[in-house]
Amino acid sequence: MTHHRPENAAMIKLTNVSKVYPNQTKGLQQIHLSIDQGEFVAVVGLSGAGKSTLLRAINRLHDITEGDIEIHGASITRAEGRQLRMLRRDIGMIFQGFNLVKRSSVLRNVLAGRVGHHGTLRTILGLFPKQDVDLAFEALARVNLIEKAYARADELSGGQQQRVAIARVLAQEAKIILADEPVASLDPLTTKQVMDDLLHINQELKITTIINLHDIDLARAYATRIIGLRAGEIVFDGPVEEATDERFTEIYGRTLRAESVQEINA
Amino acid sequence: MADPKLSLSAARPTPPSRMKHYFTLILLLVLIWLSARGTDSSLQELVQGFPNMLELLREMFPPKWSYLDNILPAMLETIRMALIGTTFGAVLAIPMALLCASNLTRLKWVHYPFRFLLNLIRTIPDLLLAAIFVAIFGLGPVPGILALSVFSLGLIAKLTYEALEAIDQGPLEALTSTGGNWIQIIVYSVIPQIQAHFMSFTLYTFEINIRAAAILGLVGAGGIGHYYEVTLGLLEYEKTSMIILFTLALVICIDVISMKLREKLL
Repeated sequence: MTHHRPENAAMIKLTNVSKVYPNQTKGLQQIHLSIDQGEFVAVVGLSGAGKSTLLRAINRLHDITEGDIEIHGASITRAEGRQLRMLRRDIGMIFQGFNLVKRSSVLRNVLAGRVGHHGTLRTILGLFPKQDVDLAFEALARVNLIEKAYARADELSGGQQQRVAIARVLAQEAKIILADEPVASLDPLTTKQVMDDLLHINQELKITTIINLHDIDLARAYATRIIGLRAGEIVFDGPVEEATDERFTEIYGRTLRAESVQEINA
Repeated sequence: MADPKLSLSAARPTPPSRMKHYFTLILLLVLIWLSARGTDSSLQELVQGFPNMLELLREMFPPKWSYLDNILPAMLETIRMALIGTTFGAVLAIPMALLCASNLTRLKWVHYPFRFLLNLIRTIPDLLLAAIFVAIFGLGPVPGILALSVFSLGLIAKLTYEALEAIDQGPLEALTSTGGNWIQIIVYSVIPQIQAHFMSFTLYTFEINIRAAAILGLVGAGGIGHYYEVTLGLLEYEKTSMIILFTLALVICIDVISMKLREKLL
């Protein structure tokens, strides 16, 4: 337990974070952000606004060029080796492309979430303790896919594969979930299933959730707090009630609704 | 709907010039002619040598079937050499391929020295390798096995690292985000993607090694090759043809089996 820390300590804290890519593109600019335990935060913005960069900076799949990121008081920016892997273990990630090993079984994909908890030799031999296997099945039950445990991952539909990825994060026993456009390649019905799963997990297990979305309506329907990004800068940060179409039209010059994007494409 | 006026008047793009093809053909012919002149070979010589070839073929027929009993142990030795050599090579190829693949390590320079080493290995022909090992270890199948091991290592590692560089990077990212270390990432996200290819490459190398093992005996490295040398030297062509037929039957058998296995794998 972390009772020695002050109760109001932020789960994730970004201080003056900037990221410049080698080709001089500015990914993030002076981001200050504090996210508390149990929040459900949606990050919105157009493509290229820096949503993915922000998420990948938090678990350091991307390095930042300036500033500091703290996970429950520990700097992930300065962590190396084992310390970095221990911090990553507490941060689950869900990807737009699911990132399952398609040739492996669903169960093995979910158990892959456990590797950070065990030594190398044990995981190479696949000798997971019974509690881990129970945990994996529990996670699959939570996303309603327990009967698919021994199916190959590529036999599942897109929505099912994304729910396997959610189960992997659950088996990881992460305290934070980062979801990078988790529903961008799914139809409306499966979108609802995946988003509902994420919401239930957030509410029941109190897992802090940060989700990148390009659809403001979806963000408003599920999140408690919305962060708007534009060109790597935070241009909006507030509760859902304040994230009105008027405010967003003011900021972006147009709304970020799915229909308006379709109108532009039409 | 075709408007004749339109299709006639519209400026069509000119088809790409065929000059490049003609030029390539001329270049190729010049190269062949230069090679022939450099090696003092002529069509005339080929025609003059033709009766000798027919004479040799006549002497090879009919094959001496009873010779089978003499060469059976040597043929079995050939198969054993190929089997052991391929296995050793395949096992050594795993770490080699992982170190040669540029997408699996964050240190950019690691793959250069290993690729150089691999190229060095692949430059040496298997017959020369066998001759070197015979000089070191003396006559018998052991130098043959070593030569085949090194040859297999070069081939399998080359094919495997190229396949490694084409794998889906998503699962690697996912395993990194769960806090897995390098070996765990390899075992859980790379090996499942590559193992069918690796098995296929190994079987293919085994096919090649059977043929290679059949001639290693020419330099005293064990197997059936020794009998080729002896029978050719003593002008016992009906025995040589028996060995050729036997080798052919074996190679066809192994090719068919290995091809069927590879189809099943992929």
